Amino acid sequence: MGDCDQVILYFESIFALYAVPHCVNECVLKNQETSMSVDFSINGKAAQAKAETDTPLLWVIRDELGLTGTKFGCGAALCGACTVHVDGQPVRSCQTPLASVSGKKVATVESLSKDNSHPLQVAWIKHDVPQCGYCQSGQLMSAAALLAKNKNPSDADIDQAMSGNLCRCGTYTRVRAAIKDAAAVMRKA
Amino acid sequence: MTHTNTSRRSFLKTSAAVTGGLMLGFNLPGTLGEARAAGTVYTPNAWVHIADNNTITLLSARSEMGQGVYTSMPMLIAEELHVAVSQIKVAAAPPGEVYVNALLGAQITGGSTSVRDGWEKLRIAGAQVREMLLTAAAARWGVDKDLLKADKGMVLGPKGLKATYGELAEAAARMPVPEAPRLKDPKDFKIVGKRTQRVDTPAKVNGTAEFGIDVKLPGMVYASLAQCPVIGGKVKSFDGTKAKASAGVIDVVQISDGVAVVANSWWQAKKARDLLSIQWDEGAGAALSDASVIDGTRQALKTGKVLEIIKPQGDVAAALKSAAKVVNAEYVIPLQAHAPLEPMNFTAHVQGDKALLIGPTQFQQGAQGAVAEALKLKPEDITLQTTFLGGGFGRRLELDFIVQAAEISKAVNKPVKLLWTREDDMTHDFYRPVGVNQLKAGLDASGKPVALHFQVASQSVTQRAFGLEKDTLDPFMAEASVTGYNIPNTQHDLVIHDTGMRVGYWRAVSHNMNAFANESFMDELAKAAGQDPYQYRMRLLAGKPRFAHVLKLAADKAGWGKPLAKGHALGIALMEGYDTYMAQVAEVSLDAQGEVQVHRVSVAADLGHMVNPDTVEAQIQSSIIFGMGATLKHQITMTAGRVQETNYNTFAPVRMHEAPKIDIVLVKSTEKPGGIGEPATAVVAPAIANAVARLTGKRVRRLPITAQAIQQA
Repeated sequence: MGDCDQVILYFESIFALYAVPHCVNECVLKNQETSMSVDFSINGKAAQAKAETDTPLLWVIRDELGLTGTKFGCGAALCGACTVHVDGQPVRSCQTPLASVSGKKVATVESLSKDNSHPLQVAWIKHDVPQCGYCQSGQLMSAAALLAKNKNPSDADIDQAMSGNLCRCGTYTRVRAAIKDAAAVMRKA
Repeated sequence: MTHTNTSRRSFLKTSAAVTGGLMLGFNLPGTLGEARAAGTVYTPNAWVHIADNNTITLLSARSEMGQGVYTSMPMLIAEELHVAVSQIKVAAAPPGEVYVNALLGAQITGGSTSVRDGWEKLRIAGAQVREMLLTAAAARWGVDKDLLKADKGMVLGPKGLKATYGELAEAAARMPVPEAPRLKDPKDFKIVGKRTQRVDTPAKVNGTAEFGIDVKLPGMVYASLAQCPVIGGKVKSFDGTKAKASAGVIDVVQISDGVAVVANSWWQAKKARDLLSIQWDEGAGAALSDASVIDGTRQALKTGKVLEIIKPQGDVAAALKSAAKVVNAEYVIPLQAHAPLEPMNFTAHVQGDKALLIGPTQFQQGAQGAVAEALKLKPEDITLQTTFLGGGFGRRLELDFIVQAAEISKAVNKPVKLLWTREDDMTHDFYRPVGVNQLKAGLDASGKPVALHFQVASQSVTQRAFGLEKDTLDPFMAEASVTGYNIPNTQHDLVIHDTGMRVGYWRAVSHNMNAFANESFMDELAKAAGQDPYQYRMRLLAGKPRFAHVLKLAADKAGWGKPLAKGHALGIALMEGYDTYMAQVAEVSLDAQGEVQVHRVSVAADLGHMVNPDTVEAQIQSSIIFGMGATLKHQITMTAGRVQETNYNTFAPVRMHEAPKIDIVLVKSTEKPGGIGEPATAVVAPAIANAVARLTGKRVRRLPITAQAIQQA
């Protein structure tokens, strides 16, 4: 593949990440003031949230369920700080209405492990990846989604999976190194 | 004089009354609270607290915003206290005169000063506590103090006598404080200078690290604030009827800076805020545009009062007249936003004449002073707790969002968390001011510069933020203006021009404009002289060993002069800033769209003694990525007083796929420590600009260096 193709691939992948997940497009945004109760699972436990149906999942996770590891950075799916998994797929929870996760499995950074034993957490600590740390929950969740489907990511794979996650502290070099490290550990396991 | 000016000055007067050396009785945050719960806490000095269960806590006077102070500060203490870093817990210090940063004159985290300020102070603090513990043990056991040893949190004596620091803490706190305890010779350091794991990483990989946005108080409500689209504008009138009727809304209140919606959840507050109808008095700011700001600054070079940055050397006019060749160039840097990833926020609970403030700030006393003034409270009645900062970069030196939170809490008589949107943050920043540098040099027949006239015009942040008197040299505008090059005739002029913009300190501050100008110009002179830019610089550095050393190290690391991949070029730049000497070589190419790709940056830095070399590398990596964005990608523009960039699409920082390989060479040095949180941000711009010029033959003298800028150069 030539450099040019590579660049186009990057852009496509980034736009794909910025794009609102499909489930959201189909979601009903009409009854904005309608408060409803939505059942889903969060980090393996059953959860029920009562909020207006258009409330982004992010705010339900943070303010109702009290899981504050997931962060708010841009409110527009541009920074990735709010990345969580819905049925295993990485999504921007700031652009995911609560109603769209009904019956689905949501996983946040807190699901990796409490004792920092997940290979990504181990690698993040080994490389001292975080600086201010604010974006790191999102970085970790994007990395976890990558490694779930790709046990041996190339630099291009990492660029593709991680370019939607901004880090103003510029920890990218270490994020890349830590992902490769964690992937190697997970391949051996 | 602005509101902020007076409050910042008044904090300086009032804060002295707030605290002395002993910290007992303060409402202390986080870790120290836990230590206190575990047992009684003893306070040998303002930094080190030891609980009787042997928990040792350092109150960090500096905020952790990613730069690693929660690790480097305890390393300095641990070295002399004879404990492992892992034995020290860290908590944020409250506002207090004892915590003032000697290099900045206030309790500020910024200016790459934390290690430079703490280098002796914290080692002395650790040594004092160690000596007091030994004195206490000697008295308890009735043995000579010289026979005792402090090691890993224990005092050990003859015949197996031993006690933990915790067991001795109460007695030690009553011992006289030794004024000049013996400090280790740096060659005996066991901790300082060694790569050390950050203490805050574990909490930052499992979601438990507490940032301002995560603060929760019992009964807390949430606020979203509508501010005038033109900074400085005021509310003329507003209709909050629709907002009030919106789900979850508790109240709609007007405060100094706008109209706040307070609700049971932040999302409800934000949604209702969008329903507000507000008439604004936009004020003078409505006339501003980025073009007028730059033009005005350029004009000021002709009409403004010229301040001398440094005494002129020789006779510049005569030397220019007799020069074989004269080179002129103008360089411009645009407005920039800080855009830390955590949007501005603070939590406040105002109750009668007392207030509790919790959140991310780089300026504890300023926050206390500003809220005291705004709410007519006594500073000592305001408790401030500092959380982790989700990025700072200078934005969190400002106090606007803290005062806003306090005003809203007072208005609704509840604990309130105010959280800005990203759009609020991008359009209501304190922007990096524009800089216009005009340089003129005379070269002799051999191409050597014999005269340099350096002129810069920009806006003074220090005038706004700290009331610096008009027509007084602002040192934070003159950084990196005087270089290490030996040029016999030099003149350095500064003009301060108030554009009407609200400006703030932005990572690396004026090093950015001055290093971009000086180091771009040095390449232009080398070109005019027909010489290699690396060799050209080196010839001007006789008797400047630290400059010359890092220049050579960076060039060697980058393979300067060796063949490169097709379509690639190298650019070099050199600077001293924050007592750190640094050279960078950037390797660039152009992509299919003509945009600059940075493949590799080779860095050499001599910053004297280092505390944690791993953090030093992290800060260099960080600063390069941060500076690259401003060099190549983003800027703030303004039309009719309205900032046009609103989020990370139109203001686009560097992303993973754009991050270059960064090779770092650190000089082993016993010079006094230099700062490392910022300088690389300033050096990367001219390194890239010079590489682009060598690659394309086109010199871009105004940032950012976009494909379009290169085409038009």
